[in-house]
Amino acid sequence: MMARKSPWPLIAMALWLAALALTPVVLGNYEVRIAISIAMFTALALSWNIIGGFTGYPSFSTAAFYGIGCYVGALAQRSGVPAALAWLAAAAFVGGVSFLIGAIVLRLKGHYFAIGSIALVDISRLVVSSWGEVTGGGNGLNVPLLQGRPPEVSALVLYVMLGIMAAAFLANVLVDRSRLGFGLRCIEQNEDAADMVGIDTTRYKIAAYVLSAVFPGAVGAVYASWVGYIDPTDSFDILTTVKVPVMAMLGGAGTLLGPVVGAVSFVLLEEIFWANFLEWNRAIMGAIVVALIFFLPGGILKLDWRAILRRPSRRKAAERKPG
Amino acid sequence: MSPILELQNVSRAFGGIKAVNDVSFKLEEGEIVALIGPNGAGKTTLVNAITGVHTPTAGKVFFEGGDVTRQKPFQAARRGLARTFQIVQPFPKMTVLENVAASALFGGHPESLAEAHDHAARELDFVGLGHVAQSPAASLTLPNRKRLELAKSLAMSPKVLLLDEVNAGLNATEIDGALDLIRRIAARGVSILIIEHLMKVVLSLSSRVLVLHHGELIAEGPPQEMVHDRKVIEAYLGPKFAERFQKEMALG
Ligand SMILES: Nc1ncnc2c1ncn2[C@@H]1O[C@H](COP(=O)(O)OP(=O)(O)OP(=O)(O)O)[C@@H](O)[C@H]1O
Ligand SMILES: [Mg+2]
Repeated sequence: MMARKSPWPLIAMALWLAALALTPVVLGNYEVRIAISIAMFTALALSWNIIGGFTGYPSFSTAAFYGIGCYVGALAQRSGVPAALAWLAAAAFVGGVSFLIGAIVLRLKGHYFAIGSIALVDISRLVVSSWGEVTGGGNGLNVPLLQGRPPEVSALVLYVMLGIMAAAFLANVLVDRSRLGFGLRCIEQNEDAADMVGIDTTRYKIAAYVLSAVFPGAVGAVYASWVGYIDPTDSFDILTTVKVPVMAMLGGAGTLLGPVVGAVSFVLLEEIFWANFLEWNRAIMGAIVVALIFFLPGGILKLDWRAILRRPSRRKAAERKPG
Repeated sequence: MSPILELQNVSRAFGGIKAVNDVSFKLEEGEIVALIGPNGAGKTTLVNAITGVHTPTAGKVFFEGGDVTRQKPFQAARRGLARTFQIVQPFPKMTVLENVAASALFGGHPESLAEAHDHAARELDFVGLGHVAQSPAASLTLPNRKRLELAKSLAMSPKVLLLDEVNAGLNATEIDGALDLIRRIAARGVSILIIEHLMKVVLSLSSRVLVLHHGELIAEGPPQEMVHDRKVIEAYLGPKFAERFQKEMALG
């Protein structure tokens, strides 16, 4: 891990960003929407990776961070704050919330955290639903729309989402190469031993949790500006909270490109099933996810691709040999 | 000179059970003291109470004259109060070198990651694991895992080392190697409290023995005296056997 780091994940990511950024130029509106979805979920999965992958603390807070981001961004914009500033404010606010929650639940080891992290989703939804005068309660909130023709707006949203995705990736790279990341990997592998070699485990875990929160906060706020309307059910969707870790694990948790591969695979699969099996898509999707996790415990990236690619050619060679 | 480590009336209870009860002792700088006692006597709990894994429920722990009773384990490590685990605790997916580099980086005071690596490599050579530095920690044999535990604690440049049964499970030749290693650690000026079941180790290393039984310190003194102490033999063998044992010893 501390041998010289390979530059390939960075190069692959740069190419992938460029490809996604080209969609508004070369493809239609439908593809741009998918690209936005991919950028969003990649940013969310990469964020989760810092706490769930590097640190090994399964967080189910994604929907809370995202939802609080939606509301803080929306409320800031409604009170006249420019969109870009509102997005930053959402990220900062969610970072603060995650710090406070982390300082409470991360003193504990292991499973308590998973439960605390999922409770945060319900508590946030409850607060937003019942604080009607400010949040609009169950009726939701209108958010000032971004100015411009629809294709321009989608392109702008895509570029902003790609920016957040790039920032989340960069955070992963920096964590991976730093003292922080080394400490987080120690915690993941043996928390008692980590403590005993001098790692302030509580502080490290809180740092990982906060890093996993700020980008989803920004994603939520940008999403709110894009769709123009938010409500508690959509913003604090329990499905998001489960989907995002699944994406990261699908590609390979704790790696740099795993969450990227997992998010795009998942979004595309979901798109295919929505289009072709409208009524059964959830069930089919669930079955596929269970199967993939069962057969690919280390994620897509941990597969021995060389062996898989070699096998058919070897078979062909064997056939050619006179029997 | 004040002792480097001092316990004053330390107790640690789990629910109703007093695993450590009112223990006081001093460890002087440069000393090797053995802590013995039957299974379940509270030896590991005492180490946990000293290093902040289980904060004492009563009493005080002093390190270099300062009160460290309420410290966290990571603080103990950074202060120079290191320990090994009776049940070895490696970072299984890392290499042996990375395991020790983690200790050097977080528990020691290195200038940089590169320096932490150098330090780790030196400690691995010191404990005789240089040849497996690049192997995954999970692949080590038990004797080597015990040595890895030692290298990890040494990489923090400790002043006091608490060794919890580092020789358990080793064969006779391996024990001779371990004895030599512990002597070389002591020669570096590290004060050592060693928990040990093997009398050979206790007799050949320590200048003083503490005997723990049911969480209480029942005897303390030079090793030769302790192995003939009635209370100590009773603790290990029960009163009936102790009597027989002493008669046999008397008869020679
Ligand atoms: N975390 C804990 N929770 C509850 N009880 C504990 C805990 N740790 C130790 N104990 C109890 O404290 C007592 C002392 O245990 P300890 O492990 O300290 O003994 P030991 O002297 O190290 O024994 P051994 O020689 O077998 O290693 C035992 O009765 C044990 O069950
Ligand atoms: Mg023990």
